[in-house]
Amino acid sequence: MLRTFPKGGIHPPENKLTSSKPIKRLPPPNVVYVPISQHIGIPAEIVVDRKDKVEVGQVIAKSGGFVSSNIHAPVAGTVTKLDMIIDTRGYKQQCIVIRTDQKNESNFQDADLPLIAEISLEPEEILRRISDFGIVGLGGATFPSHVKLNIKKDRKLDCLIINGVECEPYLTADHRLMLEKGEEIMVGIRILMHALHVERAIIGIENNKRDAIENFKKLAAGDPGIQIAALKVKYPQGGEKQLVRALLKREVPKNGLPLDVGVVVHNVGTIFAIYQAVQHNRPLMERVVTVTGKKLGDPSNFWVKIGTPISELIEAVGGIPEDTRKIVSGGPMMGKALKSMDVPVTKGTSGILVISEDEASRGTPKNCIRCGECVDVCPMGLEPHLLMNLSEKGMYEKAAQEDIMTCIECGSCSYVCPSHRPLLDYIRFGKTIAKQLESNKG
Amino acid sequence: MTDSILYSVILLALLGTVAALVLYVVSKKFYVYEDPLIATVEEMLPGANCAGCGSPGCRSFAEKLVGSDDISDLFCPVGGNQVMNLVAGALGKVVKEQDPTVAVIRCQGSCEVRPKTTEYQGPRSCAISALIYSGETDCQFGCLGDGDCVEVCKFDAMYMDETTGLPVVITDKCTSCGMCVEACPRNIIEMRPKHKRDLKIFVGCLNEEKGGIAKKACSVACIGCSKCFDICPKDAITMNNNLAYIDPEFCTLCRKCVDVCPTDSIIETNFPPRKNRNTDPGITIKVEPVKPQNDA
Repeated sequence: MLRTFPKGGIHPPENKLTSSKPIKRLPPPNVVYVPISQHIGIPAEIVVDRKDKVEVGQVIAKSGGFVSSNIHAPVAGTVTKLDMIIDTRGYKQQCIVIRTDQKNESNFQDADLPLIAEISLEPEEILRRISDFGIVGLGGATFPSHVKLNIKKDRKLDCLIINGVECEPYLTADHRLMLEKGEEIMVGIRILMHALHVERAIIGIENNKRDAIENFKKLAAGDPGIQIAALKVKYPQGGEKQLVRALLKREVPKNGLPLDVGVVVHNVGTIFAIYQAVQHNRPLMERVVTVTGKKLGDPSNFWVKIGTPISELIEAVGGIPEDTRKIVSGGPMMGKALKSMDVPVTKGTSGILVISEDEASRGTPKNCIRCGECVDVCPMGLEPHLLMNLSEKGMYEKAAQEDIMTCIECGSCSYVCPSHRPLLDYIRFGKTIAKQLESNKG
Repeated sequence: MTDSILYSVILLALLGTVAALVLYVVSKKFYVYEDPLIATVEEMLPGANCAGCGSPGCRSFAEKLVGSDDISDLFCPVGGNQVMNLVAGALGKVVKEQDPTVAVIRCQGSCEVRPKTTEYQGPRSCAISALIYSGETDCQFGCLGDGDCVEVCKFDAMYMDETTGLPVVITDKCTSCGMCVEACPRNIIEMRPKHKRDLKIFVGCLNEEKGGIAKKACSVACIGCSKCFDICPKDAITMNNNLAYIDPEFCTLCRKCVDVCPTDSIIETNFPPRKNRNTDPGITIKVEPVKPQNDA
């Protein structure tokens, strides 16, 4: 019997079209647009000016505070301007525009650096590099990693969890990374275990990625500290709280962090970025992006420089098919439909999904028939139908009492609702207002 | 037979007397003095409980009016100067005359001039769609067209124009309570002085983008060219973030800015149609067709 989290969850069609396709390297685009806010927290502060020449990996925007992150030049070239660029929400935000120097060889150097397995650095130095090299959570939340790793002495920590679940349909970026960079990820895990002084690490992988599980089992043989756990395929298992519950049977308290139960969770992509930062002094400048969709000519996984416009990615898979309805950044469950193809790839872009007409439309909302499906599938044990009604009627304080803030916005409720009610839209709205009320009070 | 009637009458009379005594004592002992003026003032107020004055309702506003010595900064926007003078007379206090204001929509982005570039399928509420994304058009500052302002208007003073997709204020019904101003996530609605005959001039755009980008998203956008700023004889216009703003305090309604605006983004309302005095051939003047009037 495979492990999983007990409450709720759904199993949407997997549609992992690109799981057998090796990660290709996308040549650096002529111009990159690097937004200064690619992480949760305070935006970084720009430290370059127009007409400056930048090298690959040079810091172009400095971390603006503790919960913030450095941003590095993904390509060598010239800063042409400091401009505004549309983000995934359609609002303009500040970015640094760099024209790539196509003659500079360092632009074409790839991530396949020789493996350095020996860990020679002290924990402090490791954490310093993770912070300096702009590592953020690559699973999608983009929470600065050094904040997660900065653990006070009195906190008990006994287990490191590596999130290789990738429960979103369509996406295969982590899957491919686990297959192709398994050895590096193992070194990355050991680096973190060394830095955090923990003896135990568990890699959680869903059972639809048998090859990745086998790969890691082979690599981890002879290392008793690192376990590989195959998990039952269920969405949203990649959520931190769900994963901790599934692997260790520990319940993360509401409004709490996994650290409260002695666990730190990191995504495999983040682990690989940490490996590169610590062993190769290489900042986070590129990431794996799955570009997929049923009607696409050649859906693929790419190594993409941060700041590459999404239009270039779509071009690389053969352009937009005829009846495209939506282009989504991220997976189909939690991703955001994009307003423009000028949006650049950021540290948090795990996939680009091109959805055709027949898959995209949301049904017309009808009345709630009180079937309770949403309650059944909610992985946080909430009552989505109630929360939606409360926030629709403006009863935000009552909604806060009903734990609206613990919603992880996985969208399972909206997915199963037979009346096509926009549950998540309203809950997300209620959360925002409840948060405002809370901060006004305090 | 007569006994039972007699007993019950006596018993009830006793009970009634005791209850009356208790009620009398309690009402004397726990008497709360309330200024009779509060009720009088509340009677004078419109009773809309719209919270436009800042108090939660007319009753609490009346309490505030009676309670505070200086009421010159308190104002009931619904009742206007008339009601406030009445209240001042009753209380023997001084109120400040305020120009009546009315809500204006600072966006002209109808479907025609501001083409839709995306389609939104979520719940039709401005607050929710503003949270998710920047709207169906390329303008991230303009009206979202989902009608949150119309929803909150308690006076039926707003409606959504179906052809333009924008809200319209019925000036005569607008009490300037300010509910719509608060409801709009884009801060498009502003309270501006009504003047005589409801004459108003204001910039009908909030787009802070540079000229070219703004114009591309919407053909009547303010492009920040500063022509109005230069021509204004009273320095009523300020330029900020590629956007003009006309300060109603200084504006004398001379309409020079309306003439020079190259994108027609300055709105004038209820002015009499002007004679076609085409002094500058480069300028086009908006002339509404005039209905022939019967001189009877």
